[in-house]
Amino acid sequence: MRETVLFSVDTPYRQSLPVKGWRFGNENEKSLAVMGAMRGNELQQMYSCALLIQALEKLEQEGALAEDCGLLVIPCANQFSMNVGRRFWAADNTDINRMFPGYDQGETTQRIAACIFQALQGYTYGVQMASFYLPGDFLPHVRMMDTGYENAGEAVNFGLPYVIIRTPQPYDTTTLNYNWQVWDTQAFSLYTRETDCIDQRSAAQAVDAVLRFLHKKGLSKKPVEAPEAEPAIFWENRLHTVLSAAGGLFLRRKMPGDQVGEEDVLADILDPCTGRVLEHLRPGCAGRVFFSHKAQLICGHEVAFRIMPSASRK
Amino acid sequence: MIQQVVSLSLPVGEELVIQKNRIGSGGKRLCVATGTHGDELEGQYVAWRLAQILQEHPEHLHGTVDIYPATNPLGISTMTRGIPLCDLDMNRTFPGSEGGSMSEFLAARIMADISGADVAIDIHASNVFLREIPQVRLSEDTAERLLPLAKHLNMNLVWIYAAATVLESTLAYSLNTAGTPTLVVEMGVGMRVTRAYGEQLIHGILSLMAHMGMWSAPVPPVTPPIVSSDGAVSFINAGKPGIFLPTVTHGGPVTQGQKLGDIADPLTGAVLEEVISPATGLLFTLREYPVVYEGSLLARILGGAA
Repeated sequence: MRETVLFSVDTPYRQSLPVKGWRFGNENEKSLAVMGAMRGNELQQMYSCALLIQALEKLEQEGALAEDCGLLVIPCANQFSMNVGRRFWAADNTDINRMFPGYDQGETTQRIAACIFQALQGYTYGVQMASFYLPGDFLPHVRMMDTGYENAGEAVNFGLPYVIIRTPQPYDTTTLNYNWQVWDTQAFSLYTRETDCIDQRSAAQAVDAVLRFLHKKGLSKKPVEAPEAEPAIFWENRLHTVLSAAGGLFLRRKMPGDQVGEEDVLADILDPCTGRVLEHLRPGCAGRVFFSHKAQLICGHEVAFRIMPSASRK
Repeated sequence: MIQQVVSLSLPVGEELVIQKNRIGSGGKRLCVATGTHGDELEGQYVAWRLAQILQEHPEHLHGTVDIYPATNPLGISTMTRGIPLCDLDMNRTFPGSEGGSMSEFLAARIMADISGADVAIDIHASNVFLREIPQVRLSEDTAERLLPLAKHLNMNLVWIYAAATVLESTLAYSLNTAGTPTLVVEMGVGMRVTRAYGEQLIHGILSLMAHMGMWSAPVPPVTPPIVSSDGAVSFINAGKPGIFLPTVTHGGPVTQGQKLGDIADPLTGAVLEEVISPATGLLFTLREYPVVYEGSLLARILGGAA
């Protein structure tokens, strides 16, 4: 294991911020890179990388990495925001993950994105420990953009239960995942349950997924237990969205992973002052809860749940 | 007449309502929208004055003017650039979706309400970091169609920029794609109202309305704008972090090699960087917020790329 400072960000009123990477295996090879937190609230993503670094160090010490395996893990590139409790770049509220491929003569977060992208380029495989723009809980899954370069068959090798393919929107074209793919790295975004708090179980699941992928690709000699079921590949637009009609207190009855029937109540929305039930949220189709709004308050017309219809697993 | 564009329930005893002021009826329709970024307030003055003028002189109005002063009311009310609940830039969510998240739903309803207008104007005010001279921004692919309209708006500059995929999520792009000619105005600075700029744009809007046959009162001639493409714009970014202390006046001419300001270190008393103009031309953008990081945009000069 080799700890290196990839680049530093100088600030006028705080100390220089080093962005560190941990390298493993053959230093002449660029097999797989893992990017962790780029937003200041991505604690789970940073923690997942920390667990991965421990696991890779152990693999390396055991001599279990293949000779042609070279790995890089960057747990955090935004301690500037994380240390002051801000989600986006705390100086101007811009999002590093909307600045790729970056521009080394541009604005601050464009330059940071350029530095990150330079460090991550040239790898055969790229994994981003990602967070979603909507606050809520997910089932752990691998997400890919339909760029024409994606390879869903490779994503199955992570062994997470689901592989989602997303049709990119214009604002997706400046994300790391999209640009990684366009620049010839097979890129995968791994989503675990949490973002701003740590869920140890799903973080460990993400680490196992990366280790399983390494073994499947011959980069690690150490096998990882096979998943319980063959991963299901589906397009994001097949998820059924359950919108709230009322605003109020949001009390969940069903959680991600729960199997639900068409008429089951997923959550109640209550009048916050009287406790009167304003709305019972029902799925409208049988399936598995894939995403759930998490905050205790909800607005009208908000994405409360996303359901994977039962047929999607077939 | 005050009309509701869209509403939805907030969690605790409040409705989020986006409103417009419809003045006049029938004929051609002009839409003036602002407040998508909650920290940009220059358009508030324009919305106020335009409503005042049109309502005082209905005899001169021939058509319909819809004024949307706050397309992101939660943002404006909380000094937040994006939508506070989801921390999203609303101007990256268009054309929106009826079945999407709250922000996408709001965007879809705003789109639907403005679509079909003869012309729309989307007023922005830079942000809290930069001060801009009054200008219209057009993408290359809309320039041929929109430049003749933009010239009526009495702005100092029309900047025709290269198309970028990410900008396809803006209100203006979405409306233009849907067939509603839409001009983007940038002027002033975030969180402030510059009355002179507002009056300049009001003059331009009335000039445009007169051109469209919607306003019959005499309007003094407007000053033709400078029209420029990306190739003629120099960007000056900070090379060091510190405090930027400009030594030039915004909106004036600068010459190549002229000092634009210093980046200073208040702790040591040192000048970390002397900022020098790479080109001769018009200083149309100047940093307003002094704290800078490496890469922070300090200025833009019209007059040849660096």
